[in-house]
Amino acid sequence: MTLEHTKIRPDLQVVANWIEPGSRVLDIGCGNGELLAYLGREKNVDCRGIEIRRAKVNQCVAAGLSVIRGDANQDLSLYPTDSFDYVVLTQALQTLEQPRAALEELIRVGNRAVVSIPNFGYWRVRLSLLFRGRMPVTESLNQPWYETKNIHLCTILDFLGLVQELGLEIEDAVVLKPDGTPARSPVTSARANFWGEQAVLLLRRK
Amino acid sequence: MLAPVTLAYQTYGTLNADKSNAILICHALTGDQFPAETHPITGKPGWWESIIGPDKPLDPDRFFLICVNVLGGCMGSTGPADINPATGKPYGLSFPVITIGDMVRGCMRVVDSLGIDTLFSVIGGSMGGMQVLEAVAAYPDRVFSAIPIATAAYHTAQNIAFHEVGRQAIMADPEWRDGDYLLHDTLPRRGLSVARMTAHITYLSEPALQRKFGRSLQDRDEVKFGFDADFQVESYLRHQGRTFVDRFDANAYLYITRAMDYFDLATSYGEGSLATAFKDCKTRICVVSFTSDWLFPTSESRAMVHALNAAAAPVSFVEIETDKGHDAFLLDEPEMNRILQGFINGAAAARGLPA
Repeated sequence: MTLEHTKIRPDLQVVANWIEPGSRVLDIGCGNGELLAYLGREKNVDCRGIEIRRAKVNQCVAAGLSVIRGDANQDLSLYPTDSFDYVVLTQALQTLEQPRAALEELIRVGNRAVVSIPNFGYWRVRLSLLFRGRMPVTESLNQPWYETKNIHLCTILDFLGLVQELGLEIEDAVVLKPDGTPARSPVTSARANFWGEQAVLLLRRK
Repeated sequence: MLAPVTLAYQTYGTLNADKSNAILICHALTGDQFPAETHPITGKPGWWESIIGPDKPLDPDRFFLICVNVLGGCMGSTGPADINPATGKPYGLSFPVITIGDMVRGCMRVVDSLGIDTLFSVIGGSMGGMQVLEAVAAYPDRVFSAIPIATAAYHTAQNIAFHEVGRQAIMADPEWRDGDYLLHDTLPRRGLSVARMTAHITYLSEPALQRKFGRSLQDRDEVKFGFDADFQVESYLRHQGRTFVDRFDANAYLYITRAMDYFDLATSYGEGSLATAFKDCKTRICVVSFTSDWLFPTSESRAMVHALNAAAAPVSFVEIETDKGHDAFLLDEPEMNRILQGFINGAAAARGLPA
């Protein structure tokens, strides 16, 4: 299987495994284009990206990727409904001004939405608050409170609540441990919300 | 009706067997068909040698490059300085008003005559970028990729205003003679020169002017309190104006600036909606803007990109940080070259062209 020989970020690998070959994908906050390059190379996917940081955008385009400089907070509303098979938002929902509106837009523009979130219910986060009385700094939440772009953090359970409120269906979900390996517990379990450092979910309209 | 029409063009490189490696280079307002060779009048290097050449983004060893002098121009293509066969005199103001659409139709006739169906790419900056956008909207099936640089989908009020100042300067010159200066064996040198000086300021940026000239004086130790060119920036602009007159026809300047003013892609192709103008666009597009370009600012490029997004077109959009203003697209900008190279390589791979 070709998916084995190039390593990408663990949550991106989960995303990539879900994407059907030959489909159309929009990656919001695509960074240096790691996922886009992988999908284009390994799955012949028609990939587009939006990224807010100029240097990252320029790096992506110089690598031959279709990426635009844009702001997810404003630009998503411009895309027609169902213009992509998948809209991907990894490790970024918590940085947006209005995560709920953004999630609605993702699932409007894309047939399916793929979202990965850092879990604020992860045990080390809980302990940090409980025993140290300090804002947690972990692998996926790696900046101090005064510098972090994460303005809308949530636990896996919180996110599931939003998914339910929006009437979305979870088609698949993977909970990842800090080392990037998948946890066995289902995403809806209390164990996942305690042991999982992040969750990746494949969502669709009901 | 204007007929017959002559179009002057240059090519570089070799057209491949299946005619899939052709790139149309569209020139800007005062550009011409000599982007990559010494100019026949000024003796200066080609205007886009920064991106054309071996191992540069537009490599003649890989691509067949075509550059056409626009209709209405004055470097060999039919323009107002040419003789009207009906009267035996120069067209002058009897030359019909032309549009960016006319220019692009002209270019495509050249492309037809070369036996090329689909262009691998169309690239241009400023007015060249307008032609790129026009080509994408008018010939969606004949343009595989497109690179509009430092441009906009319509000419703004401010840009029309600057053009009007230039035109009025030309027309206010008594030597313009209602456009018939050639019949009187004269030229509206002062008017055209002032038009160029004004326009030249809009191609730069305040920081670039400051960096290049500041308040430095020209060949003197102190200001003379007169109207000579005390300041270097004045001397520079005067020189720009003076040399421009030697290579450019005043009436051509009127007609080509007017073509830019009338450019409004949304009105021409989308009943007012730019997204409609780009509907079903399959062309791979790379939009490039520059941070200090106030003539065609990034906001115009972003509006274009939003419309392309709404049309779900495959678009890339980069903004390059520079203080060189609008003219940056003609200058050596290593980051722009890297981006163009990457975009062109990606498009070439998608087109099945060798790396």
